[in-house]
Amino acid sequence: MRLTLKVWRQPKGATKGHFETYETDGVSPDMSFLEMLDVVNDRLTLDGQDPIAFDHDCREGICGTCGMVINGVAHGPERATTACQLHMRHFRDGDVIHIEPWRAAAFPVIKDLVVDRGALDRIMEAGGFVTAPTGAAPEAHSTLVPKEAADAAFEAAACIQCGACVAACPNASAMLFTAAKVAHLSRLPQGQPERYGRVVKMVATHDAAGFGNCTNIGECAAVCPKEIKLDTITALNRDVISSTLFQ
Amino acid sequence: MTQTITETENPWIDAPSGTGPVLTANVKADGKTIEEMWDAHRFSLKLVNPANKRKHTIIMVGTGLAGGAAAASLGELGYHVKAFCYQDSPRRAHSIAAQGGINAAKNYRNDGDSVFRLFYDTVKGGDFRAREANVYRLAQLSVDIIDQCVAQGVPFAREYGGLIDTRSFGGAQLSRTFYARGQTGQQLLLGAYSALCRQIDAGTVEMHPRTEMLEVIVVDGRARGIVVRDMISGAISSHFGDAVVLGTGGYSNVFFLSTNAKGCNTTAIWRAHRKGALFANPCFTQIHPTCIPVAGDHQSKLTLMSESLRNDGRVWVPKQGDDTRAPDQIPEDERDYYLERMYPAFGNLVPRDIASRAAKRVCDEGRGVGPGGLGVYLDFSKAQGGPAAINAKYGNLFDMYERITGENPYEVPMRIYPAVHYTMGGLWVDYNLMSTIPGLFVAGEANFSDHGANRLGASALMQGLADGYFILPATLTDYIGANTLPPVSADHPAVREAEASVNERVQRLLDVNGTRTVDSFHRELGQVMWDYCGMSRNGEGLRKAINRIPELRAEFWDNVKVPGINEDLNQSLEKAGRVADFFELAELMCIDALHRNESCGGHFREEYQTPEGEARRDDDNYAYAAAWEFKGVGLAPVLHKEKLTFDYVHPAQRDYR
Repeated sequence: MRLTLKVWRQPKGATKGHFETYETDGVSPDMSFLEMLDVVNDRLTLDGQDPIAFDHDCREGICGTCGMVINGVAHGPERATTACQLHMRHFRDGDVIHIEPWRAAAFPVIKDLVVDRGALDRIMEAGGFVTAPTGAAPEAHSTLVPKEAADAAFEAAACIQCGACVAACPNASAMLFTAAKVAHLSRLPQGQPERYGRVVKMVATHDAAGFGNCTNIGECAAVCPKEIKLDTITALNRDVISSTLFQ
Repeated sequence: MTQTITETENPWIDAPSGTGPVLTANVKADGKTIEEMWDAHRFSLKLVNPANKRKHTIIMVGTGLAGGAAAASLGELGYHVKAFCYQDSPRRAHSIAAQGGINAAKNYRNDGDSVFRLFYDTVKGGDFRAREANVYRLAQLSVDIIDQCVAQGVPFAREYGGLIDTRSFGGAQLSRTFYARGQTGQQLLLGAYSALCRQIDAGTVEMHPRTEMLEVIVVDGRARGIVVRDMISGAISSHFGDAVVLGTGGYSNVFFLSTNAKGCNTTAIWRAHRKGALFANPCFTQIHPTCIPVAGDHQSKLTLMSESLRNDGRVWVPKQGDDTRAPDQIPEDERDYYLERMYPAFGNLVPRDIASRAAKRVCDEGRGVGPGGLGVYLDFSKAQGGPAAINAKYGNLFDMYERITGENPYEVPMRIYPAVHYTMGGLWVDYNLMSTIPGLFVAGEANFSDHGANRLGASALMQGLADGYFILPATLTDYIGANTLPPVSADHPAVREAEASVNERVQRLLDVNGTRTVDSFHRELGQVMWDYCGMSRNGEGLRKAINRIPELRAEFWDNVKVPGINEDLNQSLEKAGRVADFFELAELMCIDALHRNESCGGHFREEYQTPEGEARRDDDNYAYAAAWEFKGVGLAPVLHKEKLTFDYVHPAQRDYR
């Protein structure tokens, strides 16, 4: 396959970037999208140019490190698929592909396609945990967790913190991420004691980090590689309102 | 700089008896049985007054299951922890990719499990090359790990009654594996990460993401700090503490193609090795039997399909070689379900090393399937419960397979082939998880301790969390309590020297400005390792590799092209530093494999096999951990031996037939 790539290049420390065009040939349909970029980078390196910086690690869709907007869609055209799991068989010979970083005020661009997603860690640090110091745990079977609750918690806990929801949201809101983290714990008995304090702190940190608010557009759920559902945010809102009664 | 190793020469030196570090486990439990050992040992350990803990700084490198759990637990105890990881968030450490589950001797299924049985299975599964005391402790702690994880909110799979579900897993005949669909690693890591977040918020843990450790600082014989590179600014700086912990994972990426994340590397433990920490059993690598086969030259990594799939899938190849028919066109009586045929007792559930070698054997016979003939079928068409049950258990794995291969595994059998997955070898540690450098502790996959020559499925998560949550908080406290450690000055010659060596190395990599990319060298090194130090090894091949690696390493330093500058986010520079260390490690792995004239676990020497083609151990001569001392690049390493004794599990040839 022969492709034309238009890739966002932004040197470290620069406030502005631009699209650079790269013609690339000999792309195999069995390559992953990132393997295709590896080939481009090998050529740039040998030509004495700076290779395209992009984040990646596990390349099997679970670590959440990779993330780029491909032809206007976070993680590209395949549903429920991270950029590293997207394969070139979903493109056609001669295609023009635009590649951009996540764009959000709370995710400053570090270089090229690499952004700083540390704000998501700050949200977790604010309350995304159960206070359970090592050694203090009761016997695992002392608390029964109905299968439905465990499965529902798991669905939310599947979030990989990649930030695609933020990149897709016109408001650059991280509410789907925050809601997934809140829901994971609020659906389990272990999460109940801190339930309402947790949601208040996490939402406050979300807002302070510069993420926009949620206006129920739903782009986030459409691009989420782990298919976190939009109604997770509804549940978060319910907990926020309940917190005013229980706090 | 290169010399040819001939047939008769040995590229290593046996340590003269009575010299060098004494390799004893340091178990302080005289006269106690193995069941009482950890308790007795713990009672002997020193404590540190809670009010004094905050005055002590612990340097933690790596924040996966071992490092993250330890950082959080030490922070909870009140220590000041400085934690470092190369990822942009600790939640992304490669522990996250573990799929299948975590073992624990809870005996929730009433199927005959016990702490002793998990201990027994792990020692036997490791082909009698692990230290009994450590393995017993691991089995004991396994039950506490599950309790801890549940308390944190890890969403383990549940039965309808609300109790936890378990399943059987490669190499075990009972259901002791706890799981969270196909992403147990992610869920356990999120538990450790959330505990770590709580400590970051509380101020006990200072987190440094996107920071790579490049050197250990050893002052007066003790590990007192590290030199790191900020991966965004390129700034090189030193950090000091009373102890240093490495929880930096394994070195499978020496093979270039492995199931490890692209960033996984050996740099932290290799730098420590160069500074005096002995490296034990480097040739003990695990080849996982169920990975997606290589698709082409562009391949950048391999993807594992959890071996839990072997619970329901049946492995087969055509009976005849070069059979090009589609799998559904091959009648039942022309299929060879070779694991069930060769190992009727365990069938498709034989341990990983055995399943991998069997796959290699049938492919070497020309009966492999798929492009290049390097694959076997894993077939779910007769699985109990049909597609719905399979989807509930393995849905995400099936989706992943389809995304990568473009084939629907509900309709055609999966194609799988073995791939490098885990390294049992690592830095030598005593019972306290301390290396031969006082004050340098090593946890999780980075140490050599618990899995011997082969790790059982679902035991890596168990070991990482046992080390991090429960062992290090006790043993590290003992070290702090037992020693008076004066502050280290940034002007100390050892600090200056460590920083200078890092700066010099970085500059040297940038200055080569040759004509080959880092990846092209890494691929070539990986191919040498796979060909000669992979699933099976022989003396001739290993000698070839030992001659080839220094040549390739010299070419690397002469002809690698690392573009850009240090003061930037420079991913080529990051890779180059890691590959440079892999080049040195690779040689040691081959030397270790050559010196061990026996087959055991993942180390299969073709010269040492039974008539049936199974591994033939040599307990008279090789019942020891081989701990290597670094003497310089290209110089013969010195071999130290920790004798292994088996008082509880009698060594026998593993028989899964």
